[in-house]
Amino acid sequence: MSTATAPADTPDAEKRDKPLGGRFIGATANYIDERTSLSGFVKELGRKIFPDHWSFMLGEIALWSFVVVLLSGTFLTFFFQASMVPTHYTGAFLPMRGVEMSAALDSSLMISFDLRGGLLVRQIHHWAALVFVAGIGVHMLRIFFTGAFRKPRELNWVIGFVLFVLAMGEGFTGYSLPDDLLSGNGLRIIDGMVKGIPVVGTWISFLLFGGEFPGTAIVGRLYTLHILLLPAILVGLLVVHLMLMVINKHTQFAGPGRTNSNVVGYPMMPVYMSKMGGFLFITFGVIVLIASLFTINPIWNYGPYDPSPVSAGTQPDWYIGFADGALRLVPPGWEFVFLDRTWSFNILVPLVGLGLFIVIVAIYPFIEAWITGDKREHHIAQRPRNAATRTAIGAGGVTFYAVLWAAASSDIIATHFYLTMEGVIHTLQALLVVGPIIAYFVTKRICIALQKKDREIALHGYESGRIVRLPGGEYIEVHQPVDEYERWKLVDNDTYEPLVVRPNAKGRIPWHEKLRAVASKSLFEDRLSPLTQSEIDAAVAHQHHELEHIATEEDLELQGAHERAGVPDAPHVPIFDGHNSETAVRPSNVIIAEDDAPKKGKKPKAD
Amino acid sequence: MAHEDDPLEHERASWKPSPGLAVAVSDPVQPPALPPHRERMTDKDPVAMKHAVRTVYTLFYLSVAASIWAIAAYMLFPIESGAIVDIRNNNLFIGLGIGLALLAIGIAAIHWSKAIMSDKEFIEPRHATRGRDTTRAAAVQAFSDANDDSGFGRRILIRNSMIAAVVASLAPAVVLFRGLAPEGENPVELLETTMWTEGMRLAHDPEGTPIRAADVTLGSAVHVIPQSLAELDHADGYLEAKAKAIVLLMRLLPEDLNETPEKADWSYDGIVAYSKVCTHVGCPVALYEQQTHHLLCPCHQSQFDVANGAAVIFGPAARPLPQLPITIDDEGYLIARSGFTEPVGPSFWERH
Repeated sequence: MSTATAPADTPDAEKRDKPLGGRFIGATANYIDERTSLSGFVKELGRKIFPDHWSFMLGEIALWSFVVVLLSGTFLTFFFQASMVPTHYTGAFLPMRGVEMSAALDSSLMISFDLRGGLLVRQIHHWAALVFVAGIGVHMLRIFFTGAFRKPRELNWVIGFVLFVLAMGEGFTGYSLPDDLLSGNGLRIIDGMVKGIPVVGTWISFLLFGGEFPGTAIVGRLYTLHILLLPAILVGLLVVHLMLMVINKHTQFAGPGRTNSNVVGYPMMPVYMSKMGGFLFITFGVIVLIASLFTINPIWNYGPYDPSPVSAGTQPDWYIGFADGALRLVPPGWEFVFLDRTWSFNILVPLVGLGLFIVIVAIYPFIEAWITGDKREHHIAQRPRNAATRTAIGAGGVTFYAVLWAAASSDIIATHFYLTMEGVIHTLQALLVVGPIIAYFVTKRICIALQKKDREIALHGYESGRIVRLPGGEYIEVHQPVDEYERWKLVDNDTYEPLVVRPNAKGRIPWHEKLRAVASKSLFEDRLSPLTQSEIDAAVAHQHHELEHIATEEDLELQGAHERAGVPDAPHVPIFDGHNSETAVRPSNVIIAEDDAPKKGKKPKAD
Repeated sequence: MAHEDDPLEHERASWKPSPGLAVAVSDPVQPPALPPHRERMTDKDPVAMKHAVRTVYTLFYLSVAASIWAIAAYMLFPIESGAIVDIRNNNLFIGLGIGLALLAIGIAAIHWSKAIMSDKEFIEPRHATRGRDTTRAAAVQAFSDANDDSGFGRRILIRNSMIAAVVASLAPAVVLFRGLAPEGENPVELLETTMWTEGMRLAHDPEGTPIRAADVTLGSAVHVIPQSLAELDHADGYLEAKAKAIVLLMRLLPEDLNETPEKADWSYDGIVAYSKVCTHVGCPVALYEQQTHHLLCPCHQSQFDVANGAAVIFGPAARPLPQLPITIDDEGYLIARSGFTEPVGPSFWERH
């Protein structure tokens, strides 16, 4: 692609002047272009501009770890047998010799102990999967808190969200494949949850497991989902996700020269090609290093699945933790027999609760767009503080998730911190309700306070640390104005105000407009009105005036001191003391100057 | 940000997106232009540039060396002995080689792009995402022409019958999935029965040796399976049967047992047997605390009071663990007085 700029119809004579490699590449490019018109593609994308910010790298972590997952997973498929046919282990790992287990676990152990580098690839696959889901999570948080999901990117948020759910599905199906004790217990929990679903639960479980739990079908079925169905959907949506990113162009943070109608940054070729390619290798390298240094999922310690044994302190992979935690936080007795049927609210409430949480996250862009009614395109990523209420909602959501996540480790928390198990659960139950509310209000206040701080700096400058004594004896700290580039980052014009409802043509106020008014009031009632250019101009003029005034006063003060000391011609600038320029302009510094005029670079004598 | 005067809206006449509740600023702050480009050390100082170039190619060559090392490690650290230390070394040294090889490439490429490649920023204009008015009109025309040509909108009978046919054609695919589970079996019936029958001996899990009541010491907990389960093969549904039949046997002081009158003869001399499958989502309730007579499920921390009919005292489970009525046979071995009188394990819809 890099050479498609070579004209397709270069005369032969000119070609011969080039070195052989250049001629070859030119000819190849010509050959390809005449058959694919690839040059148009390269012309469009080759020098496409992408903005730069460290947080834009988070999505790349997800993308590249997915590449690692695909590569390592493909290798594993060559050796793994997705079968629950019983067999007796005969491999290299002595403690398991002769144990009856499924072919799935047998082949997983074979990969670990009888295949050079097999354990490494297995660990790479598992670690990369953990990084993949984590990368998506952090990437989503970045998108959410900077408002990068706003028009025209709402659909891409939803696609990204589906990718997140698919990634968790991939994680769970993959985790269950080795058919070891731990994964079998995970499946047992899924089976129990499915059975709790009203009307269809019993049959879904029966069909899923191909009969009674655990049956002999589930590993093969999960394998099909894990390596065929889910990855196919995942890759397809990922392509759409990236194409939409290119079509919408990446968001950028406010900065000098950066507006809603441009993109400022570096070209795709060569800078991003090199940076992104390099980052693929760094992500891959870090995952391989982790995989070579840290054991993960030591199935050989767990042994084959058996419904009877279980060990204390077992936990799912981190991204399933919130669901497991939700199950743990249900108080006793939430199950009733009604109409001769069992209603398992101890399963349903967590399921429906998490479902609602997930749906709200997925449709949040549409909720916000409905409340603001803003139909314009937004390409500037907001600073979280400037969207105080959204940031507060996000903090509440993160707290909710974090409490559920902590609940999945309630027993580990209890044993490590010498707490009672009941105390931990009760605390987390309370936190699940109270925590998000506290997080919401605290975050909102912090954001508004930070906005005020920004406003203060934009209008009145930053605290320079320079203290000046005025002739009246008053000490003041000089505030230095920020430069216009810095100031631009501190002003934000994206402010909304609450909706004032007015009756429609029929003289009525529809209920949804009332709801929108209430929502917009809670979102935008507490706000700073946007700055105007004339306010900035006035503030800058005032600051300059103030600084001049301070300088004049200071000058008079110094001159007076010099005169009283009998050296009226002494300079007012600080004497360079050979160390740094922090020595204050104090009369005493000047008075002790030597007889000859003080020279720059000469040290003042100490008394 | 300054929406009012941006060239984003390329066809303002036809498209004026509403700002909604946005506060209109008549005099918005004007964005400053791109600041003057600042040269990097490598731009100003040829020595620094030379140094950066050397760093990059050294890293690339280092990567080659690390890759060679990884291949060497594959051969130098065999795992055929089966010793765990050999597997660890194989994993570690191949991994370190591959990891360093990849990291060196990555760091070199990024250093190249940051220190050596031009860092001049470019400005590219954005355009509205929506198509131009002419394009949109053409798209509408295309649909309209297709509609005219086909009569899709006019010939409602054809259209509706087609939709019905396509929807109906999905149904057979759904029905095919009935085959996921064997025919002729009813999950509800299966869930309501276990292997336990009257007179079945209680046996140690997993050996299958029968348990004599006299051998169950006070305060102990024994993991139990039906004796005939041990003879069952994995291929004949061993795990499926075991998933329902596992039992925990505990011996308490008879006076500590708080039994209801109708279950008074379900225990034997302070020995009680309860299903080991949690009534929450089915994990084995394997942890017994003999001082308090509490059973704990390690999955979701449900606690059951064995002294009190395995009633739930904490956690998300709602029902007590089902009790297996037991007694002893002529030889003093513990046997089941009957099967479970209620379905074991997690709740399901048809349970009542």
